[in-house]
Amino acid sequence: MMIEQEPEGTAMRAEALLEARGIRKSFGALEVLKGIDLTLARGEVVALIGPSGSGKSTLIRCLNMMEIPTAGTIHFHGKSIGRKFRDADDSTGIGTLRRHVGMVFQHFNLFPHKTVLENVTEGPIVVCGTPRAEAEAHALDLLSQVGLSQKRDAYPNHLSGGQKQRVAIARAMAMRPEVLLLDEGTSALDPELVGEVLAVIRRLVDDGMTMAIVTHEMAFAADVADRVLFLDEGAIVAQGAPDEIIRSPSNERLKAFVSRFNH
Amino acid sequence: MYKWNFDVLWQYWDLFLYGLWLTVVYTAGSIAFGVVIGLITCGARLSGWKSLSVIARVYQEIFRCTPLLVQLLWFYYAFPLLVGGSIDNRVAAMLTLSLYVGAFYAEIFRGGILSIDRGQREAAAAIGMSPMQAMTRIVMPQALKRMLPSFINQSVIQFKNTSLVSVISVADLAYMAAVVNGQTYRPLESYTVMALLYIAVLFPLTQIADLIERRLRVSD
Repeated sequence: MMIEQEPEGTAMRAEALLEARGIRKSFGALEVLKGIDLTLARGEVVALIGPSGSGKSTLIRCLNMMEIPTAGTIHFHGKSIGRKFRDADDSTGIGTLRRHVGMVFQHFNLFPHKTVLENVTEGPIVVCGTPRAEAEAHALDLLSQVGLSQKRDAYPNHLSGGQKQRVAIARAMAMRPEVLLLDEGTSALDPELVGEVLAVIRRLVDDGMTMAIVTHEMAFAADVADRVLFLDEGAIVAQGAPDEIIRSPSNERLKAFVSRFNH
Repeated sequence: MYKWNFDVLWQYWDLFLYGLWLTVVYTAGSIAFGVVIGLITCGARLSGWKSLSVIARVYQEIFRCTPLLVQLLWFYYAFPLLVGGSIDNRVAAMLTLSLYVGAFYAEIFRGGILSIDRGQREAAAAIGMSPMQAMTRIVMPQALKRMLPSFINQSVIQFKNTSLVSVISVADLAYMAAVVNGQTYRPLESYTVMALLYIAVLFPLTQIADLIERRLRVSD
């Protein structure tokens, strides 16, 4: 096990924004996560890597309670999130957590019956009660940031995979999230479309967004992450700065895994 | 060679019209009740509560696996013995028709909802929507579009099925045609007029249904 290296901006680590404590998750008899601790500090970018079936997607889905952990707790701003959608104290419900923690999916999951603009404004209008004009102005700003303002009235079925994912990122950002979770955001894309989505993600990193990223893009992870976690068989096997984990791995399993990507 | 004579039927036009009216009323009424029953049943099946789901399933299978005629006879002649007293034939007819079509609607609704990718619900949840908001704003609009052709098809069948209520003396179109036949001894004319009246209502409706279906396909 490696010694965790403090990422840049050590002073900010004082504030743990999103935290997973002792997360276990079982599907039937199969234990997918075997007690995971993970802290995301404000402004930090954490990349989760590991072989398929290692539990990295399940872990990131536990962070916004898309999967309810079998054991362990998720803390947001230090408060333990309950199991109800809305708690009496509105700061600990699952709905509240998800309003502030955005998610981008491998298969985009855009709403096919809504236009690009409507996909982006849906959350602010329906969940936050933002006035339509204000939500649309913000959405158009986000769409221009991902280079898709000309597609505002198109339906998702008429977009390429890369365009869909950029809309999905704009949709998540429209909620003005404090944390963004990216679950294999480029894995379903044709190779020539990966670049445009990575460019958008990199821009968010540069803007200081707090992120957890599940990815197979090793070079990209090494480039943007403050910290890399290597998961195998439901446990964190190694974690540290990208240099230690990806560029010069010492752990045998990690070495074998990373070498498959470094050609 | 048979000599057609529709003239003798003319004096009974009000019977045919009244019968047709009742057929429309029983169809519309049972569709309205059936939608409510179907939604509740579908909700029960998808609720995740085992006991609720089993009850809904048993109801569906009973009504989907027995003929409507048998159900009508049972509710009119047998059911009153079970609870004591009697049941008005019109109530029995509406009740049976509604329960019958509700069982089929529930399956159409369930199929439509389950056909929507679960990623849609997750995407809705991820932007903070409640399960109810995700259902009404994201899943249902997509599911409705998919279930519409089957829904219309079932409703057309329902219109024709109402003719069975004549066996428990509800004076619908089929019943009235039999009455007119009894008066005139003109079965060929009486029953032909009845058939033409069913066609007169359903043919335009099926054309509209086809049109809607084609429209929906274009927007995909």
